[in-house]
Amino acid sequence: MFSVFGISGSAISAQSQRLNVVASNLANADAVAGPDGQPYKARQVVFQTAPMGADGGAGVRVDAVTESQTPGRKVHEPANPMADAQGYVTHSNVNAVEEMVNMISASRAYQNNVEVMNTAKNMLLKVLQLGT
Amino acid sequence: MLDKLTSAMDFHTKALVLRSERQRVIAGNIANADTPGYAARESNFADALRNASGSTGTSVGTTPMVGASGTGTPHARHIALGSGTGGIGGSGNEQGYAAQTQPRLDGNSVDLDRERAAFADNAVRYEATLRFLNGQGKTMLAAITGQ
Repeated sequence: MFSVFGISGSAISAQSQRLNVVASNLANADAVAGPDGQPYKARQVVFQTAPMGADGGAGVRVDAVTESQTPGRKVHEPANPMADAQGYVTHSNVNAVEEMVNMISASRAYQNNVEVMNTAKNMLLKVLQLGT
Repeated sequence: MLDKLTSAMDFHTKALVLRSERQRVIAGNIANADTPGYAARESNFADALRNASGSTGTSVGTTPMVGASGTGTPHARHIALGSGTGGIGGSGNEQGYAAQTQPRLDGNSVDLDRERAAFADNAVRYEATLRFLNGQGKTMLAAITGQ
């Protein structure tokens, strides 16, 4: 039963990393170009099942953080100092709607796992009261 | 001699262990609700309990409560589910994969609503088993003290 905390804990930390990535994506949604002259690329986490303990528990870990390769938004702004020869400015390729959906999903999954831990804790406390 | 005092509790003790194992399986499913390619796992509680109480050779099968709850052989026309090998690790108990209700593009077969319902259900049954154990302990104590 104690491994429930390990399983749900791994899920919570994975979901919070996903939320971190969403935050950095949303913060950079309107970024034009980074220090290297390249526009910001949206990041996504990839989850993977991680064996937890010897008795077959299934936890989660973040396998990789990938960068989206879709082309950045091009906006015609000839007055912008970052504009290219044709007057287009390349913005980041973050899709704000997608990120909001991601954020809600991560938050709900986080809540689910917290609830699992709470229930497991209550069950263990009940065991401690056995015989009193 | 002492094991005769506690043998009545044996059945519920095993049920409690299996309940906590099932809770762990469901927790794993809920944790992996967003993992691509994860197949939801499911444990057959009745089969596991029959295995657990049958292999030790205790008198559990002859107590009237167990006999009435129908842990005997299944109906002849029931189709046995082919349970998988449990994928990662081996907990000793047979673990299968849950049937998919709504297929998803990422290959994940966790039905979160069903898992949450099963989790709540299992928690309540766990507590019920605990109360049975508690009651049996109190009964035994009353018999010993003779009051």
